[in-house]
Amino acid sequence: MRWPDRLAGVIGALLLLAVLVPMGLMLWSLLEQGAGLLSVDFLLDDPRQAGRAGGIAALLVSTGWILAVCLLVAVPVGLGCALYLSEQVPAGTRRAQWLGGVLDMLAAVPSIVYGLFGYQFFAISLGLGFSILSGGLALALMVLPLMIRSAEQALRAVPLSYRQAGEALSISRWGWVRRILVPQAAPGIAVGIILSIGRALAETAVLLFTAGYVLRRPDSVLDSGRALSVHIYDLAMNVPGGMPRAAATGLVLVAILVILNLLVRRWLRPAQGVWQ
Amino acid sequence: MITISSRFPADSLLTWLLRLTGAAAVLVLGGIIAVLLIQSAPFLVEHGSALWRNDWQPGQARYGMAAMIAGSMVVSVLALVIAGPLAVLLAAWLRYFAPLIRRPVLVLVELMAGIPSVVYGLWGMLVLVPWINQWAPPGASWLAASLVLALMILPLALLVTDTALGQLPARYLQAGQALSLSRVGMLRRVLLPQAGPAIVSGLVLQFGRALGETMAVLMVAGNVVQWPTSLFDPVRTLTANIALEMAYATGDHRVALFASGLLLLLVTSVLLMLSWRLRGGRHEMA
Repeated sequence: MRWPDRLAGVIGALLLLAVLVPMGLMLWSLLEQGAGLLSVDFLLDDPRQAGRAGGIAALLVSTGWILAVCLLVAVPVGLGCALYLSEQVPAGTRRAQWLGGVLDMLAAVPSIVYGLFGYQFFAISLGLGFSILSGGLALALMVLPLMIRSAEQALRAVPLSYRQAGEALSISRWGWVRRILVPQAAPGIAVGIILSIGRALAETAVLLFTAGYVLRRPDSVLDSGRALSVHIYDLAMNVPGGMPRAAATGLVLVAILVILNLLVRRWLRPAQGVWQ
Repeated sequence: MITISSRFPADSLLTWLLRLTGAAAVLVLGGIIAVLLIQSAPFLVEHGSALWRNDWQPGQARYGMAAMIAGSMVVSVLALVIAGPLAVLLAAWLRYFAPLIRRPVLVLVELMAGIPSVVYGLWGMLVLVPWINQWAPPGASWLAASLVLALMILPLALLVTDTALGQLPARYLQAGQALSLSRVGMLRRVLLPQAGPAIVSGLVLQFGRALGETMAVLMVAGNVVQWPTSLFDPVRTLTANIALEMAYATGDHRVALFASGLLLLLVTSVLLMLSWRLRGGRHEMA
C-alpha cells in the first residue's frame, strides 16, 4: 500500500472514533445518571412531585394509548395508500411521480409543523382539545409517509409471476389483494409498522401541543396524556432535580427502540432471502 | 395491469377505497398548507414586512423574526459543516478501506439514527453544555446546538452517502486497480465526483432536517433571542421559538408563530426540490 492510502486508513479510524466516542459518552452519561433508578418499581409506579419521585407507569399507559390511536389510523390508511400506489399507479407514470413527490414532501415537513397543524385542526377546529386523540391523530399524519413507503416497497417486491398466475386463473382483484398480495408482502408490511412505531415513540415536538403534558393516567382518549419523550423533555428542562429520572426514562425509551430495531432485523433477513 | 372493469362487485368497491386512501396523502399535505396559510394570511398581509426586522417583543406587538431566522440558519449550517464531510469521508473509508467493519458499523449507525431527538438533547444538557461551560460560559450556545445537531444528522448522512457510493458501477474500481491508482486518488478523482450529485442531494435533505429539528436544539441552545455573533452565545431558532411560546401565545402573537411555521414549511420544501434537482429528477430516497 502506498503512503496516501495508509494515511487515509489511519485518518478514517480517527474519524470513526470521533463519532463513536460521543455516542459512547451519551450512553455512559445516561447510565451514570439514570441506571441506579431503573427497577421494576420504576416501571410500575406512577410519578409523584411532578416526576421528581416515583416511576413512569402513567406515562407508559399514555404512550401506549397515543401509539394505539396513531397506529389505528396510520396502518389502514397507509396500507390502503400503498395498495393504491402499487395496484393502480404504474411506476414511472406522471401520477406516480406526483404522488411520490407529495409523500417525500410530507416526510420532509418539520415535526413542529405537524404539531402546529394538529393543535389548530384536531385540538381547536375539531374541538378535541389537548387529548390523546389529538396527539395520536397528529402523530399518525407524521408517520404516514414512512408507513406508505415501506408498505409500497413490500407490495412491489411480490414477484410479477404471482400476479400473472392470478390473472390466468381470473381471480378477482379483491381476492388477489387479500389472499395473495398482502399475505406475501406481510413481512415487509410488518417491518413498516415497526419502523412507524419507532418513529412515533421517538417523536416529541408533535405531541407538545396536541396530547399535552398532564401526568395523570388517562381515563379516556379525550384526556390529555404525557408521552415518554415529552416527559424526558419536561423533566430535563422544567423540573429542577428532574435530571436523573429524565435519564432513566431516556434509557427505557432507548431500550424499547433498540428492541424494535432488532425485531426489524429479524423480520428483514428471511424476507431478503426470498426476494433476491 | 390496470383493468378497472371487473365482474366482481367487491372489486369496484376496492378500487374506490384505494383511490380514497391515495387521495388521503394529498389531502394531508394540502390540509397542512391550508391551515397554516389560513391562520397566518391576515397577519402576513398586515405585518408581513415587519417579520424580517430584528425585534421580537410579542408583548409590545413587535414580531420581527430576523434574529431567530438567522439563529436557525447558523445553527444548521454549522451542523452540516461538521457532519457533512465527516459522514462522506467515513462512508468512503468504510467502503474502500475497512470493508470488514463496514457491516457492524452501519448496524450501529442505524441504531443511532433511531435514537429520539430528546435523548440527543438530554445528552447535550448532561455532557456537552457543562463541558463548554468550563471554558466559555454559559455553555448553552450556538456551538452546543450545532454539535448536538451534527451528531443527530450524521447517521442518515452517512447511510445516504454509503448508498450513493454503492450504486457506482464496480468497473470503476476495477479500472482504477488495473491502472494501479492509489485508492485515495481513485476516491478523489473518480468515485466521489461520480457519486457527488447523489451525495450532495442527500446532504441537502439532512440540512432540511437540521432546520426543522426542535427538541435537541431547544434543550441546548440557550434560547435567548439575539443576533448570533459568537459561537458561545445562546441563540434561539424558529422551531424552538414555536415550542417555547405556543403554550401561552394569543392573538397576533399566536398567528406570528403560525407564520414562522409556514416559513419553515416553505424552506424545507424548497430544500427538498433542490435535492430532487441535484439528483436529476425525483428518485427513491435511500
